[in-house]
This record gives sequence, structure tokens and C-alpha cells, in this order.
Amino acid sequence: MPTEHLSTLVVIGHGMVGQRFLEALAERGATGRTRVVVLCEEPRPAYDRVHLTSYFEGRTPDQLGLVPDGFLREHGIELYVDDPAESVDRAARTVTARSGRTFAYDTLVLATGSYPFVPPVPGKDLPGCFVYRTIEDLLAIEAYAKTATTGAVVGGGLLGLEAAGALRGLGLDTHIVEFAPRLMPVQVDEGGGAALLRTIENMGLTVHTGVGTQEITAGAEGHVNGMTLSDSSHLSTDLVVFSAGVRPRDELARACGLAVGERGGIVVDAQCRTSDPAVFAIGECALAADGRVYGLVAPGYDMAETAADTIAAAGERAFTGADLSTKLKLLGVDVASFGDAHGTAEGCLDVVYADSRSGVYKKLVISCEGVLLGGVLVGDADAYGTLRPLTGHVPPVAPEQLVLPAGLGAPAALGPESLPDDAVICSCHNVTKAAITACSTLPEVKRCTKAGTGCGSCVKTIGMLLPKSGDTGLCGCFAQTRQELYEIALALRLTTFTALLDGHGRAQARGGEGCEICKPTVASILAALGNGHILDGEQAALQDTNDHFLANLQRNGSYSIVPRIPGGEITPDRLIVIGEVARDFGLYTKITGGQRIDLFGARVDQLPSIWTRLVDAGFESGHAYGKSLRTVKSCVGQTWCRYGVQDSVRMAIDLELRYRGLRSPHKLKSAVSGCARECAEAQSKDFGVIATANGWNLYVGGNGGASPRHADLLAQDLTDDELVRLIDRFLMFYIRTADRLERTSVWLERIEGGLGHVRDVVVNDSLGICAELEALMAAHVAGYRDEWAETLDDPERLARFVSFVNAPGAPDPSVRFVPERDQIKPELPLLTLGATR
Amino acid sequence: MTMVHLKLEDGTVAVCETARLTPGRGVAALLPDGRQAAVFTDRRGRTYAIDNRDPFTGAYVLSRGLLGSTPEGRPYVASPLLKHRFDLETGACLDDEAQTVRTYETEHAR
Ligand code: SRM
Ligand SMILES: Cc1cc2nc3c(=O)[nH]c(=O)nc-3n(C[C@H](O)[C@H](O)[C@H](O)COP(=O)(O)OP(=O)(O)OC[C@H]3O[C@@H](n4cnc5c(N)ncnc54)[C@H](O)[C@@H]3O)c2cc1C
Ligand code: SF4
Ligand code: FES
Repeated sequence: MPTEHLSTLVVIGHGMVGQRFLEALAERGATGRTRVVVLCEEPRPAYDRVHLTSYFEGRTPDQLGLVPDGFLREHGIELYVDDPAESVDRAARTVTARSGRTFAYDTLVLATGSYPFVPPVPGKDLPGCFVYRTIEDLLAIEAYAKTATTGAVVGGGLLGLEAAGALRGLGLDTHIVEFAPRLMPVQVDEGGGAALLRTIENMGLTVHTGVGTQEITAGAEGHVNGMTLSDSSHLSTDLVVFSAGVRPRDELARACGLAVGERGGIVVDAQCRTSDPAVFAIGECALAADGRVYGLVAPGYDMAETAADTIAAAGERAFTGADLSTKLKLLGVDVASFGDAHGTAEGCLDVVYADSRSGVYKKLVISCEGVLLGGVLVGDADAYGTLRPLTGHVPPVAPEQLVLPAGLGAPAALGPESLPDDAVICSCHNVTKAAITACSTLPEVKRCTKAGTGCGSCVKTIGMLLPKSGDTGLCGCFAQTRQELYEIALALRLTTFTALLDGHGRAQARGGEGCEICKPTVASILAALGNGHILDGEQAALQDTNDHFLANLQRNGSYSIVPRIPGGEITPDRLIVIGEVARDFGLYTKITGGQRIDLFGARVDQLPSIWTRLVDAGFESGHAYGKSLRTVKSCVGQTWCRYGVQDSVRMAIDLELRYRGLRSPHKLKSAVSGCARECAEAQSKDFGVIATANGWNLYVGGNGGASPRHADLLAQDLTDDELVRLIDRFLMFYIRTADRLERTSVWLERIEGGLGHVRDVVVNDSLGICAELEALMAAHVAGYRDEWAETLDDPERLARFVSFVNAPGAPDPSVRFVPERDQIKPELPLLTLGATR
Repeated sequence: MTMVHLKLEDGTVAVCETARLTPGRGVAALLPDGRQAAVFTDRRGRTYAIDNRDPFTGAYVLSRGLLGSTPEGRPYVASPLLKHRFDLETGACLDDEAQTVRTYETEHAR
């Protein structure tokens, strides 16, 4: 035990900036020399307030946590949650908390953040009025919204729009009331506000600008029932969220006589020291040396580092102001503003591109010397990553080329390679291009510089700056790409993984086990080349667990079952069978996004009996588990629809039955629409078909998911036969040449020559391989068997469907469920990370 | 016929016939005290056993992962849920040094 007197540091407030300060202190080794006490008002340790709204997208409060496991223990930091500081005695140098605990300090750090400003209107405290700042606020809004149908947000700034998005996500009919004449008045200019307004109104939200809130009114039971606006109109609403700005929490500082600004905020110098040299203030509660209060996290982090440097006597950092650049996705709309967005500099000029049809607005502010000063981007903010770091420099191309959309005669977008070394790439953590290019992988960048670990908006740019590794091999076992392995297997007629690994793998991998990357990839190649049932012989050992059990593994170890429903067409009798099976086995049922039905919550040992019932009723595997054809969606088409010009349902069923079971580099999705209104969304599919008066148009390379892509038209007005032949060739060419886990969309962009080349190969047969491609597809169609029916017929394959090999009848006790909305959901296991022994 | 056995603190427990194991894959076994073990065999016929619980998700699924070997030849299993890899000889997670699962000794006997 060291006997020397340890100095004590007390931190008040454990928010984003408080936590960052503790980390900065630990990095400088100061926690070893000092006793650190943290008082936290909220009932939980610091969490990611910036991503608060992601709670409504399914992130749990725990996942929002910012404190790494073991961090406090490792650095001996004492944290008191749910125990706010109530007073500071600067003469005695003590802090007293609500619990009555008193701590003597040598140094005090205030990191108390802000509170949401609620305008003093009558009715503001009625049940049904909320603010949007903490996890507890969100929990309260979520609970209250269950009984509400309409919600209104007071304030159309950044947070107001975020709150409005959350209310809309909770199913409320949502209004936004903004006093200023436009949305996001602080960040965007008039043109940007107008583009934003149009897009947001198109989403079904109602926006009232230029009006204030006069009163919140109550119904008979004393709950909110509406609001009166400054133009005397009345708006009915069940719930109100105030988001009218924030104010620094400087009440403790005021009470103990520290200097505060006229409009609030604890006065600090460039080292974040208050008027008392033993007291520091950082984050949103501080009035910085440049006379501003910053309501963003990046400047707060900068202050945390500065204060830690000063307190640990580790450096000479200073905080003298920060950039207010932001890029956000609000209600799905990209909005970014950076630098001098409002063009306040003397003699500056604008370059503006606006397209009100697509809701895109882009403005750059340029000095008369051609230096980029700032800008506003609404609707398409892809260029933000390049433009923001260019601020303060003369761009290497003419400014108008920077705002024109791709494909409008503009040269290829300017890449981050052209940025100067001192350009700041990550504004959350103030990391320059030079610091990033000193690393070689994204994890390394995150570890060494913290870049990319804040809002995440810079990650794409970082990826473009990192070196592409020269090794294009599939994995540690094979130096070849997937395409090369396909060609080897095809040419040498190899039918086993071991033959490929031992004969063609990297030297050190031969004779080994392979790995979780190459095994399923090779399994898919062998299956596409028509090598029998995927659970036969050695192939059985190569499949991911989903393919192994012909079902989809869920988070608690149970499986889901998706029977094929070709084209989404199903008879009442079959629907009843699905209902009966689900009921008898107690499965959770849900309509999928793919026009079929998913049954969740089966244990491994139940799969065969469930499938026996389904197969008997004529169902077969839907391959939801495989990298293979998923669904061919259809619209109802000519048979019923007054607009339809072809029988889209029949075509969808034909295509689904033709390509079912086809193993491919990634999943394949398709759809057929009966006319150009496109109700089946065929243009978002790997191959999509749209009826015309003369036949069918074929689109390829569409994708929903994370990076949506509209499909390209491959050929027009095809007959049924022409259509099928082209799809056969297209799919086989893709299977042959694509990389592992490469959707057709990405493949089409990557492959040399792009769409033109693919069209040449599959339409004009420029490589002379079409006959071979068609033959491979014919073999697939002829060889198709339902995997589940075959499995049920084979006792050896069935033997694997047990929870425990030494207790075949025993169910797995770890797979448990609890009720929710009249069905079941997984009872999630308690997570205790840490060595189990 | 030979059987695979696991050695526990207090004796051994039979898992299944050796021939029942598919090289490159695993099976789950229920132990007398309710614990679960994941038992694997590799291409060379060596047998390994580790705890069946994936510490990252809390689900009992490691037996359903794929085997692989590192360039140094160390055998591992990749969890089927979030793909964390566990060394079959030591139980150490290769992707996060803070995590380890317990291992069991195995033997083949009649
Ligand atoms: C069940 C379903 C959601 C639902 O309840 O509706 C679903 C569920 C899953 N999707 Fe999906 N997707 C489902 C429709 C979709 C759709 C809509 C569609 O197909 O029209 C899309 C967007 C369209 C697209 O793919 O282009 C979609 C885009 C994705 C993606 C992103 C793909 C991409 O290219 O970006 C993934 C991730 C991946 O595949 O890598 C994914 C992955 C998954 C996985 C496999 C995630 C996983 O590994 O556990 C989910 C497992 C399914 C299961 O356990 O049964 N799912 N997923 C839908 C099943 C449709 C079906 O009947 O087969
Ligand atoms: C919904 C939402 C979205 C946001 N999005 C963005 C964004 O996209 N980009 C961005 O840069 N910023 C964003 N912000 C702002 C960002 O969250 C803040 O800038 C940041 O959290 C400030 O950190 P802080 O530590 O100063 O304050 P806080 O994180 O608020 O932490 C202060 C803590 O101190 C506690 N406290 C106060 N008084 C006491 C006391 N007497 N005793 C003990 N504890 C006390 C408070 O309870 C609080 O937990 C967003 C904020 C919200 C609410
Ligand atoms: S795509 Fe055309 S045919 Fe099909 S449902 Fe829509 S309007 Fe009718
Ligand atoms: S800019 Fe936010 S994490 Fe890099």
C-alpha cells in the first residue's frame, strides 16, 4: 500500500464528455497517482447520447453504454450513479452529494452538460409533455405513445427532427412546430431548409413553420389533448415533445460563485479552467474562451483532452474554438453543413445546385480567391467527407464540378486521395489524413487515433484512404479468388474440398482444416457445379450451420423455418396448414419481407417433425438459409389488376420453380411486375422483370439492403423463352465470376466493362460460352430435388437433428421463450462476459 | 466399437461412437450436472471438447460452428452466431483475448 497522500479529483457529471475526460486522464497515467471520484446524476453510467435515437431502432440501453468493460475497476475510479452533486464549498474544497456523501477535492471538474429548454408556456408540465435528452426520457415517451395516435414536436432543429423521426417510428401521426421560417435554421440556409421541408412533407409529416406555441391544452382527464399556436389555430395532439434548444447546466457553478456568462455557461479559459484555478468545466456546460457554448460532442471531447492535459501536466493543449460541421441523417435525409455555411465572410460567393424534384440542394461558399469556405448539402451529402477537409484550401477542380450530381458531365467525384495531409478527416476526434494514412487497417485506425468511433460519418472516407492489400486470395487458406477456384473445380472436375485444399491451397494450409470462409465458399461452388445433396459426404462438414440444419439459426440457438411459397401465391388450405403447424409446435409466425411466412423458435430436434408435416402438405424448402435463390416476388398482375398487361404471377412462379435451390456466391432475389407501375419492386432485385405490352423487360443488378441500387435494363420486350434464356445465362455467368458474398449489384459495378460487358457476354455471346452456361443451368433444373424431402427420407442425415448426441430425446434446456403479443419470443440468456473459468 | 469419452472432475462420461463424429464438425453432449460440451473431430481424427456456450451471445451453439486451422496449424471452431473463433486446445478466443471457454480432455475407449 502506498502511504503517500494521494490527491483527489472529483468529476461532477458522467455524460459523454465526462467519460472522455476519464479516458484521457487514464491515457496520461494520471489515474494511478490520483484518487478519482465521479458523481453521476443519471441512474446509469455514461452512454452515447449522440446515438440516443438508435434505441428506437433496437439498440438496447446497454449497447449504448460508453464505458468499456473493466475500465473503472482497472483505473480505480469510484463512480456513484444516481447520486448528483448538490453543493460545492470552494473555501473548504468539498462537494456534497444528494446521498449526503461529502468528498474533499484538490481539483474539481464540472461536466454537467445541458438541460433541454422548455418555453414557459401554460400547460408545459401536463402529463403527455416530454423532453428528449436521456434514456429515461425515451423510455417515458415510448410508454406514453402506446396510448397516443398523434404527436407534436416543438422545435424544428436538429434534435427536433430526430425526435419527430422517433415519434413517427412509434406509429404516431407527427407534427413539427418551428418558430423560425424554416427547418434547421442554425445549420442550413433558406434553400436547404426548403429542400428539407419538401422531403419531410413527402414522408407524411406535417410541418408548421413561422409559428410559435402559445399554450398546451388538456382534455377532461387532465392529459395533453392539443396545443394553441401563435396564429391562434389549434392543433390536436396526444403528446408533445419539447426540443427548443438546450441551456448549459451551470446552477452548481452559480451557487458557489464561479463566473458564468450573461446568457449562461461556466466561463473558462483556453485550458478549460474556471474563475477558480482548482475548478475546471468541460463540455456543454462551459462557455469557452472564444465566448461560445458548444452543443456538439466533438468540441466537448476536445475540451476533455485539454483539461486532462493540463491537470496531468502532460502537455500544452488549448481549446480556443471548434468547427461546427455536422453531417446527419435525419428521417433518412442526408443533411450536412460545414465551415461558413451561411456565407458570412466578406465578399464571398456561392455555387448552388438545386433539384426540387429529388429534394437535393447543395451550396458551396467560396472566397474571391477561390478558397472553399463552407457549404450546405441536403438530400445527397456523399461529398461531405471530401468537402469538409478541403475547407480552407483551393479545391483541385472547379467548384461547380463538386456540386453537380454524378453522371451530369461532371468528372468522377474527387477522391480523398487528393486531400492535403493536414486535412481533418474525422471531426469528432480531430484526426488528420496523415494520422490515418500512418495506419494500415480500419481497426488499427480506430485503436490508435479513435477516428471513426464517434458519429461514424468518416468511416467511408477512411476506408478509401487505407491501402488495398495486394493479396486478393479468398482467405488464409487459398491464394486464389472465388472465381479462380470455380474455374479450377470446373476444369479439373474436382468434387471435394480436400482435393482443392491439398492440391491448390496455400502451402501452409494444405493438409489443414481450411477455415470458416473457404469451407462454405467451396461448398457453394461444388453445389453450383451439381454435386448432389449438400448434406452428403464431405460436403456436410463444409456448410455453415444454417445449411447444415437446413434452417436459420436465431440469436438464442433456436431455428426458423421458411417454406417456399412461389411467387407469394398460396391457397387457403396451405395457409391453414402453416397455421396449424405453427400452432401445434408453438412457433412465432411473421410475414417476411419476401412475400412468405417465417416460423420461428424451433429446436434442432423439432425440425424433422415440423418438416414432415410441411412436406406432407406439399411444401418444400424455401432456402432462406442458403446463399441461393430466395424469392421471386410478384404483383397480382393482369389477371386481376386493371392496369396489368401480362400475367406476372405465373411468370414469377415459373422463375421461382426454375431457379429454386440454385447455389450462388450470395443470395439471389427476383420479382415480376405486371406493368410499369412496378408494384413488385422488380428494379430493386438481382434480376427483375417488368411486363410491357409486347413482352417482358429484364433488369439486373438491383439491390435493397444496406446500399440500395436500382437495377439496369438488360434487354427489352422479350418473349417468355427469350427472357428465361437470358436469365439462365446471366445467373450462370454471375455464379462463375463473382466473389464470395458479392451481390449482383456489386459484381456488376466491379467487373471490368460493367453492364456493357455483361450484356455482350450474355446477349451477344461475345465469349462463346453461352451454350455452356445454358447447359449448366439445364443440369441444375433437371437435378433439383427438395432438400428437406430428401433429408426426411434418409435416416443417416436425420441423425444429426438432435440437441444432444448422448441424449437424443432430450430438448435443449437453454432454448427458452417468454410470451409477447400473444406469441413467443426468445428469453435471452444473461450475458456475463469474462472467462468462464 | 470405440466411444468418445470426456474426462470430468469426477470420472468420465460417454458421448457417442467415434464413427458418429464428422471430421470438421461438432456435436453437443449433455453432462450429468446439466453443463453442455461441444465435441469435435478434425481431418486427422484428433478429438477435442470445449464448453458449448458462446460467451459473446450466451447461446449454447459452439458445437454447431465450423472447424478451421490457423496458418500455424492450431485447430479452432468459429461460433456460428458472430463468428468468434476459439482455440480447441486451450479454449482461448482468438479474436478477443479476454474470453476463454473451458476445455475437456477426451479419450477413445470401448
Ligand atoms: C425474414 C426476413 C425479415 C422479415 O421478417 O421480413 C429477413 C431476415 C434476414 N435477413 Fe434479410 N430478411 C428478409 C428480407 C429482406 C429483404 C426484402 C426482400 O427480399 O424483398 C431485403 C432487401 C432486399 C435485398 O436483399 O436486396 C433484405 C436484406 C438483407 C441483407 C442486406 C443485403 C444487401 O445486399 O445489402 C442481409 C445481410 C446479408 O445478406 O449479408 C440480410 C440478412 C438477413 C438474415 C439472414 C440475417 C442473419 O444472418 O440472421 C435474416 C435471417 C432470416 C431468418 O432467420 O429467417 N437481409 N432482407 C425477410 C425474409 C424474406 C424471405 O422470405 O426470404
Ligand atoms: C438526441 C440527441 C442527439 C444528438 N446528436 C448529436 C450529433 O449528432 N452530433 C453531436 O455532436 N452532438 C449531438 N448531440 C449532443 C451531444 O449529445 C452532447 O453534445 C454531448 O452529450 C455533451 O456531452 P456532455 O458530457 O457535455 O453532456 P451530457 O452528455 O449531457 O452529460 C452531462 C451529465 O451530467 C449530469 N449532471 C448534471 N448535473 C449534475 C450534477 N449536479 N451531479 C451529477 N451529475 C450531473 C447529467 O445528468 C448528464 O448525465 C445530441 C444530443 C441529443 C440529446
Ligand atoms: S405493377 Fe401494374 S399490374 Fe402489377 S399490381 Fe401494380 S399496377 Fe397492377
Ligand atoms: S467524424 Fe464522427 S467518428 Fe469520425
